[in-house]
Amino acid sequence: MAETDSLSAPLPIIEIRNVSKTFWLGEQKIEALSGANLEIRKGEFICLIGASGCGKSTLLRIMAGFEQPTGGEALMWGKPITEPGPSRGMVFQDYALFPWLTVRNNIAFGPKSQGRSTGEVKEICDRFIEMVGLQKFANAYPHQLSGGMRQRVAIARVLANDAELVLMDEPFGALDAMTRERLQDELLEIWERTKLTVVFVTHAIEEAIFLADRVVVMSPGPGRIDSDNRLTLPRPRDVASPEFNEIRRDLSARLHSHHGKKAA
Amino acid sequence: MVDVTSSAPAAEEAPPRKASLPHLGKARDFALAMIVPGLLLLLWYVATTQRWTRLIPTPAETAEYMVDFAVGGIYDDAFSATLHIHLLASMSRVYGGFLLAAAVALPLGLLIGRIPLARKTLDPFFQLMRPIPVTAWLPLSMILFGLGAKSAFSLVFLGAFYPILLNTIFGVKNVDPKLFEAASMLGCRGNAQFFRVVLPAALPSIFTGLRLGLGLAWFVIVVGEMTGVPQGLGAVIMDGRTLSRTELVICGMIIIGIVGYLSDRIVMMIGNHLLRWSPTHHG
Repeated sequence: MAETDSLSAPLPIIEIRNVSKTFWLGEQKIEALSGANLEIRKGEFICLIGASGCGKSTLLRIMAGFEQPTGGEALMWGKPITEPGPSRGMVFQDYALFPWLTVRNNIAFGPKSQGRSTGEVKEICDRFIEMVGLQKFANAYPHQLSGGMRQRVAIARVLANDAELVLMDEPFGALDAMTRERLQDELLEIWERTKLTVVFVTHAIEEAIFLADRVVVMSPGPGRIDSDNRLTLPRPRDVASPEFNEIRRDLSARLHSHHGKKAA
Repeated sequence: MVDVTSSAPAAEEAPPRKASLPHLGKARDFALAMIVPGLLLLLWYVATTQRWTRLIPTPAETAEYMVDFAVGGIYDDAFSATLHIHLLASMSRVYGGFLLAAAVALPLGLLIGRIPLARKTLDPFFQLMRPIPVTAWLPLSMILFGLGAKSAFSLVFLGAFYPILLNTIFGVKNVDPKLFEAASMLGCRGNAQFFRVVLPAALPSIFTGLRLGLGLAWFVIVVGEMTGVPQGLGAVIMDGRTLSRTELVICGMIIIGIVGYLSDRIVMMIGNHLLRWSPTHHG
């Protein structure tokens, strides 16, 4: 990543400095994350991939402020991340929508918490309901929606709150393949239009290559960052192209080398 | 994503629709629900007209007595046309005791569910008191409150108290932790989460508690009114027993059943409206 430092003087939006995280599971000490370093520039689309137990979700949760590192520091715009906040929006795999609120009111939750006026809240909701194409379902409750629609609400909820950084924890993991592909396209479109910064955790290599500017490969036992791969493939990316497959082979080899090591 | 309306939501994403002909379905449900009560009525009729027992009046005699009990003009005894007095007396105790129980158990449950210190101090006490049946409190409540309405009221209170308390604690303690994370990353933190996350998330449980509590309030009213009150459906049943007037006992039972059922339906209708967002809460 040395080459990015030289060309951009301003602060990175996120800086992870030698971050480690240990848990105690009874008597057993678990190193979820060990000595992780990562810098994220504004507007980047980062994918974190790795096998389960590699600490990718932990790293994401530290960026969100849900968890504190046991060593090192996590900074946003140079300031330590101490608690969750509206500047960093999280999209969970299981949606975590408020089941008692309609689509509209789920999206309004953030702006209302910020103390926006009723008129502003309505205007914001209209805009983001339209952005995710749920006009017809604005007054539906989450249990009446499909998984894909619920995840659209979760994305809109975060965007409506003016999040600069969108953290996504395997957001499309529970969806069927067709819905997943559609949501990937929609997410990229929103990202390109809004110049958001996205950190996206996945265990699917293809998804990572399709979406990311940089694919950060992590490995387990203890969880750490293994390699940081900048992708220069032009967008929109063709999953069937030889270039795409070459990258897939390369990343796949990196991921699987660790499986072998772990088994040995 | 801007023009998803053209491509999505596709058919597979559309929420399921309910089956057509709702009236036919309702009529059939009603018919099915009437089978067992109908058979029971038939058994009662056969048993009494065939003289299998001489101690129980026939359905027709009971119905006649019910009319007299309600509007009078047939037997003109001490119980004629007194139904409304007894019903009102019982209802005021049931709803009074229930509302008081809710007023105490709800805040207490929220406190115990949310604040560890309150849980550690109060929870063991209530767990210890809970297994004591309401009927066991009867003698003590008669000593404390005397023979009369206060005693009945206190027993109804006790009967309704625990289901409301326990379900409130359960609801508050079992809020999905993800919802707290979601709220805090959207900028709603600390005490603000109580009204915007904890309370709505616990509402289904709280409602279950209220419904059980009201059911139990009707349940204990007969016991509560055994304590020497002159009015109330429980008192009517006890008087019927001491006077060997079985038709009076049966009338009292039927009225408690019907009123208790109607009151449960009302609570459930309110619940279904307030909890229309909840996929698991439709009775």
